[in-house]
Amino acid sequence: MRIEGVPASAGYAEGPLFDLDRPPAVYAGKATAAEEKTALEAAIGKAVSRLTAMVEAADSDAAGILEFHIAMLEDDALSGPAFAAIASGRTADVAWRQVLDAEIAGYEASDQDYFRARATDLRDIRDQVLRALTEDGGSTAPSGAILCGEDIAPTRFLETDWSHGGGIALKAGSTASHVAMLARSRGVPMVVGLREPPASLAGMALLDAEHGSIVLAPSPAEIGAFRQSSSSFAARQGMAQRFLARPAVTRAGTAVRVQVNIADPSDVDAIDIATCDGVGLMRTEFLFGKTLPDEETQYRAYRKVLDWAGDKPVTIRTVDAGGDKPVPGFTVEEGNPFLGLRGIRLSLARLDIFRVQIRALLRAAPHGNLRVMFPMISMADEYERAAALFAEEQTALVARGIAQKVPPLGIMVEVPSVAIAPEGFAGVAFFSIGSNDLTQYVMAAARDNAAVAHLNSVRHPAVLRLIGSVTAFGRENGIPVSLCGDAGGDPAAIPSLLEAGLRDLSVAPAQLAMAKAAIADVSV
Amino acid sequence: MSAAAEATVLITHDVGLHARPSVKFTKLAKTFAADVEIALAANGPWFDAKSIVKVMAAKAPKGTVLHIRASGNGADDAVRALIDLVQRDFDEDADHVRSA
Repeated sequence: MRIEGVPASAGYAEGPLFDLDRPPAVYAGKATAAEEKTALEAAIGKAVSRLTAMVEAADSDAAGILEFHIAMLEDDALSGPAFAAIASGRTADVAWRQVLDAEIAGYEASDQDYFRARATDLRDIRDQVLRALTEDGGSTAPSGAILCGEDIAPTRFLETDWSHGGGIALKAGSTASHVAMLARSRGVPMVVGLREPPASLAGMALLDAEHGSIVLAPSPAEIGAFRQSSSSFAARQGMAQRFLARPAVTRAGTAVRVQVNIADPSDVDAIDIATCDGVGLMRTEFLFGKTLPDEETQYRAYRKVLDWAGDKPVTIRTVDAGGDKPVPGFTVEEGNPFLGLRGIRLSLARLDIFRVQIRALLRAAPHGNLRVMFPMISMADEYERAAALFAEEQTALVARGIAQKVPPLGIMVEVPSVAIAPEGFAGVAFFSIGSNDLTQYVMAAARDNAAVAHLNSVRHPAVLRLIGSVTAFGRENGIPVSLCGDAGGDPAAIPSLLEAGLRDLSVAPAQLAMAKAAIADVSV
Repeated sequence: MSAAAEATVLITHDVGLHARPSVKFTKLAKTFAADVEIALAANGPWFDAKSIVKVMAAKAPKGTVLHIRASGNGADDAVRALIDLVQRDFDEDADHVRSA
């Protein structure tokens, strides 16, 4: 029986199943409220000291999570209401559960992924104390087991010995959870969002967390195929790592530039600049959250990335809000947002906001190899108006005696009108092909709609032909052309992109090694 | 002797006032005798800055303007120290909180 799910941490595991949701032992009630209170105090104390012991053996990521749990357990804001419930006649376990369940419900109701994911931490905190109350230390999974259940507590993850393999398969769960983060950093295979609950949690199972599935009671043929995929994954990983530190070159000796796409300045903390050729796309939407960012906040964000990159180019895209990326107080409600006021169209409609970003970019430019590009350009006039704003703001900064520089200004090629008739843009400093949007507009298939996902292929001849002609136009006119969509990091698409003439790709940091390995296999 | 102080600061840490930053924030708040509270808007609601349960419940993401007020002994110092902590991005390099 195979159950599909969502990969949260890539890898393969083969081992016995372990049921995470076995019901806990039953709490034996005490005679008086005072005894109930003492029992709860003791259980909280016991949970805290268990966690404190775990902190000492933990690395800094894990310690941060454990310290958060300890601080929550030690907070009167949780124990106080529980003691009050005991005073009004509840037993210790009911009182504690009642208070924690109310907190958990608050997190689950949040509209932000980060806070919904914290509900798992709160359930963990709740269960640690309940476990201490019932004196049930929690049975441990056998070594190399695949832990299966509704969700998993971070402490359960940390208590588990992963040195002999094993993995996690969850019915709920989130790729943004603390456990998913830990699993990725430790290389523990993990799948979340299983489509259906496993019929039985006994016997062996095969967890494929590269594609997202678990096979229960596997046949010998399934085991054979699984082991092949598993060793091929290990070999690819090992091989790709060898490519990471080297410049990317095809089998025929053609050099290919490989840059990274980042969304948040802190992304660069985990990347060695020596492993890439710069930043091909820095998104700036992340700055536009609940509130619009001021000039100083933006300047500091841009500076951080420029300082990190040194002499290597950093291509910052002006805010690409709208479409599937609404920003309160900035974007507008539209019936068909992908064809509406998004990207440069929105920026040109809200000059008060756009000018702030332009000033921050002008001030950051002298501090590195900055390039700026505009998203969703469909007519040359849009580029010219945006470029004129840079000139205007430069004049104003000069008048105020503030250091500035106008960076090379380029455009995203993602609207078919530009890809079909690039000759209107002979004056821009560079082209960056946004393959995600170009594909969805050429194929008329929204990229957030699973029902038309099969149409959304960058390898369709119509899309590849446009990429090829834009690349040729750039070569003939001395305009550098790169590509920064998801296709750039997809080993299956890379051969077609290089054949179309591209020699400059920008990929997600996690895909850097695999992309370089795929390039080395291409014969152009 | 009693005093009161209030100030605002922009949260620039990439996940906002969340798990680990909240631990640091409440620990620092507890070192002051003054009553300290936080809010996401000038008119409240105000949360006890010494309680991690309450601080987490404020659910302040990055980009939030955090209001901090204190009253009582050392109110000024408390507000200044907490503002400073937020401005230093909670002394984190933030690599452990990167999303997928």
